[in-house]
Amino acid sequence: MPNKTFFWFFLPTGLAMVLFIGLPIISTGVQSFYAQHDQVVKEVKKCDPFGCTVSIVVDNEETTKIREAKPLGKFNGFGTYVDRNHLATEEIKKFWNETETFGEFVDQVTNLPFYKALIFTLTYCIFVTPNVLLLGFIIALSLNAISRKIRGPLIFGTILPMIVTPLVGSLVLFWMIDSQGIIGANIQNLMNDPYLSLKSSKTLTWITIITYGIWHHSPFAFVVFYAALQTVPQEPIEAAIIDGASRFQRIKHIVLPHIYPVVTFVALISLMDNFRVFEPIIGFSAEGSAQSLSWLIYDNLVNEEVILFGSAAATSMMTIIGIAILLAPVLVRTWKEFKTAR
Amino acid sequence: MRKILVTLLFLLFGTSAYADCNIKSGSINILANDFPALRTFVETSKQCKGSADFKVTHSSEHNKIAVPALTANPSEFSARIAANSSIVPLMNQDLIRPLDDLVKKYGKGIQDSQLITIDGKVMAVAFMANTQHLYYREDVLKDLGIAVPKTYEEVVAASEKIRSSGKMQYPYAAAYKAGWNLAEEFVNMYIGHGGEFFKSGSAEPNVNNAKGVATLNMLKKLSELSNPDYLTHDSEAIKVEWESGNVALMTLWASRSGTLLDDEGDPNITKATKLTGPATVGGGNIPAATLWWDGFTLAKNRSDADAEATFRALAHAASNKKMVADAADQAVWLVEGFVPGPKSIGVIEAVKMGAKPYPMLPQMGLMHGALGSEIVEFLQGKESAEQALKDVEAAYTSKAKEQGFL
Repeated sequence: MPNKTFFWFFLPTGLAMVLFIGLPIISTGVQSFYAQHDQVVKEVKKCDPFGCTVSIVVDNEETTKIREAKPLGKFNGFGTYVDRNHLATEEIKKFWNETETFGEFVDQVTNLPFYKALIFTLTYCIFVTPNVLLLGFIIALSLNAISRKIRGPLIFGTILPMIVTPLVGSLVLFWMIDSQGIIGANIQNLMNDPYLSLKSSKTLTWITIITYGIWHHSPFAFVVFYAALQTVPQEPIEAAIIDGASRFQRIKHIVLPHIYPVVTFVALISLMDNFRVFEPIIGFSAEGSAQSLSWLIYDNLVNEEVILFGSAAATSMMTIIGIAILLAPVLVRTWKEFKTAR
Repeated sequence: MRKILVTLLFLLFGTSAYADCNIKSGSINILANDFPALRTFVETSKQCKGSADFKVTHSSEHNKIAVPALTANPSEFSARIAANSSIVPLMNQDLIRPLDDLVKKYGKGIQDSQLITIDGKVMAVAFMANTQHLYYREDVLKDLGIAVPKTYEEVVAASEKIRSSGKMQYPYAAAYKAGWNLAEEFVNMYIGHGGEFFKSGSAEPNVNNAKGVATLNMLKKLSELSNPDYLTHDSEAIKVEWESGNVALMTLWASRSGTLLDDEGDPNITKATKLTGPATVGGGNIPAATLWWDGFTLAKNRSDADAEATFRALAHAASNKKMVADAADQAVWLVEGFVPGPKSIGVIEAVKMGAKPYPMLPQMGLMHGALGSEIVEFLQGKESAEQALKDVEAAYTSKAKEQGFL
């Protein structure tokens, strides 16, 4: 495509992207450098049905004046990024100096909210992404091998987990693993431990969420792989069969290299999706044991009665940077391939 | 035929004759939490809407909607049914209007004790009181010869006895869901121990002390006697546990007693469900509970005409003797003419015992938020009480700094 045609072709999409993705990101970025103005409080008498007390309230007149002068808030630079609820640079320095063993240091650091969330998010990505790829590929191969007559209904059944809304899917599973639910009660019987609860143990909650993630995301990988498998040329495969190659050898040497770009694509999309894991945490009410970066943003925006825009913006920016870092190797590789292809 | 006509006419005019507030214009849109007493209250105010437009949103997610919805100009809602804690963010952001003029003009039946005044200005009109208190199964306690517990130490002892008798595996329940609910339980227990959340006269946190540790240890003891899934249980979930007969002692909101004691569910359990005041803890003499009021506030960013119409409709309900008589078992109404019934015991006992109201401080929401997420690991046995409290203070401090309180 000539560059000019491409430009006009891309322009509407480009504009929409700038408007709906670019500008909000810039606005979030700007927001993350600001904190609220110092609160002007005053002592007043408060009376309610239970009696009167003297206590403090925010002085609205003064606050309005300050806010009108500087609507964005107090410039804080990277203050929000490095505070204890985010990168916690000072705390980490302190832990490094105070702790004796490396294990102790790691314990202290992983106790900080941002690192706690980061570790869960990364663990989720590391376990879910490869398993989704593998499972999706195996399902695609198996379905591709069976009779065309029953393939339709089977494909439909296989993509069901993706059709079910994440929140609904996780809620159904949440009730099943309740200590009185069908799975929870059976596990208790099996292990002969009446106090065993999938929801109260941190490890078991993580395993549950990761299993759910694999179950929910595999159909996506399957659909893409299945489509790619239809494009594999039959001649080399037939030749390989004549040469006496086993099924495994055929897949390894012919099918996989052929669909390799699609694998990269699915890996990329899965990684991005998994890094933003959020719904299962809400669905499983797992806030106590598992927090992800997206959940931290949500928590800052809605769980407090006071909305922390600066914190939420800072975590958002770091999530974007995190995704960029995770995707960098794959992107660099794609770029190199793209260049050699030309 | 004539009879039908008369009935129809009666139906048509009967309701308007019953409550004529003579509201001619304006639009009313109310945001409220979702429990039976609030539904009754809003329904009552609807009776006198006159020709005004009337809309209501009942949502348990009301806290998440309130500030953004009222910040808009004009605001989405003309009124917000708030409580001690949820009025604070509205005050912080200057989103609600003083009601003095309206109270003077239209608030005839409202008692002075219902008015929430801040700095001499009426900011809300309360209509009901709420607290968390103990519920117990009379049959279970009687069978085992256990006296009704008055302190949390007795609750622990009683629960252990019930467990060892083999009657119930998890005899105690309270809303320990990580987040707001769990933090609320900490607030109750800490106040019961006589703790103060902030150093006096400042926004510096003050929970990492002996009282805080005692509070956490008590919460942990109670959690060990609860269903192992306690960190995912909110008020609704423990209500279900109770109705399935799995629990013999429970700390729950007074406003939930109506649905707990209604005709649904096992009649034997309902019959044996009894209410008593909140328990004390650690030898303290004030109950480990906080008093709450629910009242209405009016949005600032809304026209005066809407505010007037909304106030008149809500004031009608907030001074309605018929409503408090008909719905006497739904709540402890603060409205004149309310005769406390057996379901009000919890709140009345709490007031008698000198329970403290939930602290109405501008920075309390941040402390509540920090508590809700930072004490979980202690309950899971992953860190010490001191470490958990240190984390609470640190998490609160950075949030308070960002928010300009420190």
